[in-house]
Amino acid sequence: MEKTNKMTTGKVSGIIANLVYVEVDGPVQQNEICYIDLEGTKLMAEVIKVMGTKAYVQVFESTRGLKMHNKVEFTGHLLEVTLGPGILSKNYDGLQNDLDKMEGVFLQRGEQTNPLEDDKKWEFKPIAKEGDILQAGGWLGEVTENWMPHKIMVPFKFKGKYTVKSVAKEGKYTIKDVIAVVTDEEGKEIELTMTQKWPVKLAIKAYKEKPRPFKLLETGVRVIDTLNPIAEGGTGFIPGPFGTGKTVLQHALSKQAEADMIIMAACGERANEVVEIFTEFPELIDPRSGRKLMERTTIIANTSNMPVAAREASVYTAMTIAEYYRAMGLKVLLLADSTSRWAQALREMSNRMEELPGPDAFPMDLPAIISSFYSRAGFVYLNNGNTGSITFIGTVSPAGGNLKEPVTESTKKAARCFYALSQQRADSKRYPAIDPLDSYSKYAEYAEVEEYFRKKIDPEWPEKLSLLRNVLTRGREVAEQINILGDDGVPVEYHVTFWKAEVIDFIILQQDAFDEVDSSTSLERQKYMVNKVLDIYHTKFSFESFEEVATYFKRVINQMKQMNYSEFESDKFKQNEKELKTIIDEKKAE
Amino acid sequence: METKAFQKIYTKITQITKATCSLHATDVGYDEIAVVNGRMAQVVKIIGDEITLQVFGGTEGIPTNAEVIFLGRPATLKVSEELSGRFFNAYGDPIDGGPEIEGEERQIGGPSVNPVRRKQPSEFIPTGIAGIDLNNALVTGQKIPFFADPDQPFNQVMSMVALRAKADKIILGGMGLTNDDYLYYKNVFDNAGALDRIISFVNTTEDPPVERLLVPDMALTAAEYFAVDKKQKVLVLLTDMTLFADALSIVSNRMDQIPSKDSMPGSLYSDLAKIYEKAVQFPEGGSITIIAVTTLSGGDITHAIPDNTGYITEGQLFLRKDTDIGKVIVDPFRSLSRLKQLVIGKKTREDHPQVMNAAVRLYADAANARTKLENGFDLTDYDERALEFAKDYSEKLLAIDVNIEVDEMLSTAWNLFDKHFKPAEVGIKKDLVEKYWPKDN
Repeated sequence: MEKTNKMTTGKVSGIIANLVYVEVDGPVQQNEICYIDLEGTKLMAEVIKVMGTKAYVQVFESTRGLKMHNKVEFTGHLLEVTLGPGILSKNYDGLQNDLDKMEGVFLQRGEQTNPLEDDKKWEFKPIAKEGDILQAGGWLGEVTENWMPHKIMVPFKFKGKYTVKSVAKEGKYTIKDVIAVVTDEEGKEIELTMTQKWPVKLAIKAYKEKPRPFKLLETGVRVIDTLNPIAEGGTGFIPGPFGTGKTVLQHALSKQAEADMIIMAACGERANEVVEIFTEFPELIDPRSGRKLMERTTIIANTSNMPVAAREASVYTAMTIAEYYRAMGLKVLLLADSTSRWAQALREMSNRMEELPGPDAFPMDLPAIISSFYSRAGFVYLNNGNTGSITFIGTVSPAGGNLKEPVTESTKKAARCFYALSQQRADSKRYPAIDPLDSYSKYAEYAEVEEYFRKKIDPEWPEKLSLLRNVLTRGREVAEQINILGDDGVPVEYHVTFWKAEVIDFIILQQDAFDEVDSSTSLERQKYMVNKVLDIYHTKFSFESFEEVATYFKRVINQMKQMNYSEFESDKFKQNEKELKTIIDEKKAE
Repeated sequence: METKAFQKIYTKITQITKATCSLHATDVGYDEIAVVNGRMAQVVKIIGDEITLQVFGGTEGIPTNAEVIFLGRPATLKVSEELSGRFFNAYGDPIDGGPEIEGEERQIGGPSVNPVRRKQPSEFIPTGIAGIDLNNALVTGQKIPFFADPDQPFNQVMSMVALRAKADKIILGGMGLTNDDYLYYKNVFDNAGALDRIISFVNTTEDPPVERLLVPDMALTAAEYFAVDKKQKVLVLLTDMTLFADALSIVSNRMDQIPSKDSMPGSLYSDLAKIYEKAVQFPEGGSITIIAVTTLSGGDITHAIPDNTGYITEGQLFLRKDTDIGKVIVDPFRSLSRLKQLVIGKKTREDHPQVMNAAVRLYADAANARTKLENGFDLTDYDERALEFAKDYSEKLLAIDVNIEVDEMLSTAWNLFDKHFKPAEVGIKKDLVEKYWPKDN
């Protein structure tokens, strides 16, 4: 980036809501950040289009009171976030302002707060030594952030190779202290601190290789892990009409997923839902580490009433922070609720710029924007041989529950897992309301993922999964026939087939997100229960009449639910299992 | 409306559409209020020195040489205790013949609450209506609309809820109210002797539609005054938000914006969210709870207005006429209060969640039995009992004319369970059944 002494300035020449025209006196970059001076209050804005000497900027705040000829100062850089120790457990807005540092009950226009703490001392341990040759993202040392090793890296903006001249000794340093000196290829010395900046709209590519994801990311949610598994470094999305449990599901994932760090981007959703996270996460315990959930979580909150342009920025801010932690060799899970609100922010702006609209008035390049965003996730091998990953799951709020709308369609092209929330399942209180048959995971078909399953779970796991799907499909078909022909219009055998599918539905698919034990199921336990329901599927029963079938299987389901509610392999669990066997033996055909 | 001596008066309008007019002027701020021929207008677009004004009262009869005065500030409302008991129009001017309000002048449509300064809602609002308290309990700081067809008695239900809810202030934002409904509200509040804690901002069907756009912001600015400054519990009633959204679409259409779904502006979600998200619980005790009405067309919730609303609000209440009992009920299947988990069984009796679920499940069994009956299949004994239960349940609990305490709702439900079912069929935890199942004499 060319730095000139004199920064470009400009004057406001037009205002339509948060789109402002600026007449500029020098060069400007696309996506450059500028500040508009409104009687001393600096409003942050981003260039989104340039026509001659007229720059179109989107303002991240309300433009109320803004006048013609108000002064504008350009900064010469794009929208950036500050990366360094102290990001964990923070509550940021979409532009990385620390919400807790803001004064007053209401968000004040133009108020900016430091995302990190300048005076906090961190316990630093060197990793690199004199003479090491590193590239951008190379590890210089580490500090302990909460309980996680936080690597201090060669800034991502650096190009080429750098030789380490010195690294600070073990000790306490602030983020402003110099902790290393490196020399570039021309021999110029550069002092480095613990922080660096990065423009959010560009992907951080400080890694060697991005292979196809091949490992399972455990979420503890059975319908995901067992039937539609998501891979570590994979992408997925959850579309669903309102009231189908999108948010409960996302919260469950954020609580249980096997990740080192969780980033929640609350993008244009309800403020009370964010408050729920603020209230609960500092209390809830992460079962894996025994620490408070908040210690591994960062929240980017840009709720629906906060400025629309910052909503668009918030998902990029979240992704950039995820990429930063991935470069430290961590497993990051990024959740965004909801990407539809982000797309709507794009639509509002495109509309104000009077661009020719695409379907439903969304911008024409929506599919491209969505897919380039999803492509920033992934599993990577870092330059130093370590691995890191970003698993990204976004929710989509389809207008009118119609999955043919542009945001859902564009996302379907980009994401590899699809978790369809069904209104019908939600209405009948079958939660999580993920439709097992409409949903899919493309990872389950990857040869390397299948291999991983065979090795880690069960040599016949892929076959068992396809059998589960078949039983569910058959159950659905039979249910339709029973509906048309009546209970006594079909052979008793049909009822048995239907109820065997119901057992899978109630025991594997449905899960009580509010129950302490049932809310999260380990992989081992999932395997155990899958084998149990398949045993029942393979068992031959004999019944006199169809009335008997329903009553009997309701007992089976109730008994197995008791198993789901009790601690795995506890006495209670075994007792329930024993009682289940008695029930099964009652009707087992000889 | 105030004018100051040094204000420049413009008299040359260059363009007039049905809702906007344009003129050349300098030193004008965005969102600023202007007076065009005595009518209130707001700056919605500035390009160079060409200013576009949205005229709230409509542009009928505005000449090109009309007097235009800019006030140098956005729309404001004077707030003080004097607001209590008063009726205002969409501009915040008294329409009840009383004196002007003295107080602090505040800009309407102000900034949002910092999410970290909110508190999780946790206070139950009893309304006496079992279809709400039992199945869809409301919580302070919640925002929830009634989804209702225009022929349903939502204004009656809403006024009942308002009067029974123990709120310090009730603020009515009426948009496109018919004059009859306006008088209805006025009467009901008057008769209940509650007028002193009620504040109304009313736009009736006799007023120009675009004026409605100001009503929610006016009502919520008053609400924020009482909730933040006075730490009071404020209940805001907004009826009818569908007419508000219609006004939005009129303006966006006049400004040549490209419509999205159902001819609504692309910003509908953000526009509605800005209003509904004013609902808040503050740690200091003050709160704003919003109960709104969104009228539907033929029960269609996929239309852009109810659809966007559903994504913003914390649930919705559906009214439906139950033909079995001939009364309007709160539909237990389609209604939902997302915040009820925060209070039921915690602020109310321990058996509340289980009783609620069991009753709704049995009601669903009855619905299945009815389908069976309609399809000509035979009913089992259980089906018959479920149908009987459903009728009693509708009559004694779901009907909107029920007005009892929550404990009584729960014991009514237990009595109905006992009348029609055996404990094993109800599927409630054993220890609760032992404690609450009615003992036979």
